[in-house]
Amino acid sequence: MYPLALAPTDVPIESKVRLLQEIDTYARSRDPRIAQVMASLACEERQLMIAASDGTWVADVQPLVILRVEVIAAAAGRREAASQGAGGRIALAELTDPAAWRKVVDEAVRMALVNLDSVSCPAGTMDVVLAPGWSGVLLHEAVGHGLEGDFNRKKTSAFSDRIGQRVAAPGVTVVDDGTIASRRGSLNVDDEGTPTARNVLIEDGVLVGYMQDRLNARLMGMPATGNGRRQSYQHLPMPRMTNTFMLAGQEDPGDIVRSVKSGLYAASFGGGQVDITSGKFVFTVNEAYRIEDGKLGAPVKGATLIGNGPDALQRVSRVGNDLKLDSGVGTCGKDGQGVPVGVGLPTVRVDGLTVGGTGG
Amino acid sequence: MASAESSRDVVAFALARARAAGAYQAEVALSRGEAFDARVRTNEIDFVKQSREQSLGVRVYVGGRGGLSAAAARTSDLSRDVVARTAADAVALARATVPDACAGLPDGGFATDAPDLELFAPGDRPFEPDSRIAAARAMEGAAHAFDPRISDSEGSQAHSGFGEIAYGNSAGFFGEYASARHTIFAESLAKSDGVAMQRDAWYSSARSWGALDSAASVGRRAAERALRRLGARRVPTCEVPVVFDPTTAPSLLRQLAGCASGYAIYRGASFLAGRLGQTIASPAVTIVDDARLRGGLGSRPFDGDGLPTRRNVLVDRGRLASYVLDTYAARKLGLRSTGNAVRGGGASPGNLWLEPGAKTPEEIIASTPRGLYVTDLIGQGFNPVTGDYSRGATGMWIENGELAFPVEEITIASNFGQMLRDIDAIGSDLIWFGATAAPTLRVARMTVAGS
Repeated sequence: MYPLALAPTDVPIESKVRLLQEIDTYARSRDPRIAQVMASLACEERQLMIAASDGTWVADVQPLVILRVEVIAAAAGRREAASQGAGGRIALAELTDPAAWRKVVDEAVRMALVNLDSVSCPAGTMDVVLAPGWSGVLLHEAVGHGLEGDFNRKKTSAFSDRIGQRVAAPGVTVVDDGTIASRRGSLNVDDEGTPTARNVLIEDGVLVGYMQDRLNARLMGMPATGNGRRQSYQHLPMPRMTNTFMLAGQEDPGDIVRSVKSGLYAASFGGGQVDITSGKFVFTVNEAYRIEDGKLGAPVKGATLIGNGPDALQRVSRVGNDLKLDSGVGTCGKDGQGVPVGVGLPTVRVDGLTVGGTGG
Repeated sequence: MASAESSRDVVAFALARARAAGAYQAEVALSRGEAFDARVRTNEIDFVKQSREQSLGVRVYVGGRGGLSAAAARTSDLSRDVVARTAADAVALARATVPDACAGLPDGGFATDAPDLELFAPGDRPFEPDSRIAAARAMEGAAHAFDPRISDSEGSQAHSGFGEIAYGNSAGFFGEYASARHTIFAESLAKSDGVAMQRDAWYSSARSWGALDSAASVGRRAAERALRRLGARRVPTCEVPVVFDPTTAPSLLRQLAGCASGYAIYRGASFLAGRLGQTIASPAVTIVDDARLRGGLGSRPFDGDGLPTRRNVLVDRGRLASYVLDTYAARKLGLRSTGNAVRGGGASPGNLWLEPGAKTPEEIIASTPRGLYVTDLIGQGFNPVTGDYSRGATGMWIENGELAFPVEEITIASNFGQMLRDIDAIGSDLIWFGATAAPTLRVARMTVAGS
């Protein structure tokens, strides 16, 4: 799923250092308001062998690279930061290609400059349009964690015993797919040796499946789904997500924005968190615009959006035709263990999400 | 953890190999640890886990034009050939990095005292695993006995961990100390007809097993907190005073310490950059960092640079009195290290607390006609560069000076700089959560976003 001619860890250190220096110079050259640049590159090659008393005996070599660029823009007494990244189970050459890393830098610079002009984000309940891509963090938090087998076996999830029930609007299909070539969340086999799969979690709005490791699958009398993952050999496996996304719908993204009379367009996102039991989840917006009469208005400051997992996806009123997966930068934390994951979403309109700003 | 070779020998060998490979300066940290965990869920053992680990980190500096070039390498294999290769790898890496005028070991002033900070109680080791399982059972039992609405749970957990840290550098400093950490943690689930189920947790953590709160009291407290959430609802969007309880108030201190870290300051990545000596908070606010508290969970006799730890007043009656600095960040800023170096890079406080005030938490709530009492926060909605703050909150609504009903699915927002100035009440109830403690405190005005 991720064959490489040259392992990222075998690329000489000098060329990696040079790349970071070029990024620093380039970012500062983009605009005189760029006051600070922090760039990092991480390359990893994980070699693992899994043996179990049931005869399991598999090995895998898993490359992983990630480039992160954070810039701070300063003007007229204001400072704003923005960060962007790219990566995956790919050859380092895909990132050292100037066209690839410049895109990452340009985006970070653009976002920091936009935020220099941002005004207070409104507070309260409103209709929100989510840009495609990393906004899939909404799915990861709102429904993904709640569909992990361990919470459902213990019946501590807001989704416990809800298989077959409607948990999202018609037209909403959510999958967790560990088999997409070269993605950050992809694996040939999970950390218990089970082959990964494309698992449909929500089909046309109805909950159809959980994500399982071997232990919880056995205890629940369900099949293991290739979601047993661990941060390293020092940790115990748990049910975890791989690449989680919503399938594309029919609508033109522009039409979706035009459909909103007064609301928020959330363009770029930070991380999120969920309380599995109550189902309450949050995710942070780093770049957003007001929508007035179907048109994008002024940029507003970042804010936290909060919702209720079993309810939020029922408020999805429009699904765009532009599914996009994120650029390969996600890490999911659970019980102190971090694992690389992917997310994705088409442009989506969610009615009545609570936006946590300070403005009117 | 007993090993044939002493930590001092391993560190000395690694230092010698780094110098032999061409390092101008070198420092080596060796940590060894052992941990035991037991989790019980509704009277069944969920898991019992035992682990040992060791890690040797070598950081080297090689000479270059205009400064020293730094790099680090790490291994968990302490055999001589692997340690030698790790040291040589670090030197090879350093040769590829850019020289930095601020890099290098401290110019002196290494720790010479070795105070016993009571980080480890010798009587705690060895221990009977059954005693930990029994504690986990007692938490579960107490939670379930507390109220019939307490049912399934994620489980109650007991942890005992022991560690040894040794650090030495090519300037001749060597120090080592042993530490331990014991934690008992209960998470309860409350279920009641007609309303959504709720969870909450409570824990106790200490350097000695005997200093922990009783397992039964931790279980009851978790149950009490989960029950209090049943029937939680949203409130309309409004601007009100927000009271942070002693479990949520410490997050504000950790944010402040992050923004006062020398690294954030010299990068201009903090709203506190350039504010040293200025008033940044209400005059009621005094925040202290001290890594030498006896038995403190953030205590350490020397820092990651080998410098003695000490007491630092970060905020003195509202004035930003100190940044949080290690040697490197201090040089970047033209200041002196505050003894806050952390191995692996960065500067962070030891034990950090907000000096308590005179009012009881009950008095603070009673003096709040209408507002929000926050008992849990979720999300990372804090921007250290601008101070913009927006996080998901759970808690109780305050009406006429009384806790009226539970609330959830709301956010609280303001700017952190404004919040620090808006602190208008600080409680007397200082409770340690790990290495941080802040009493109940009230921020005069925040935006609550809800229905």
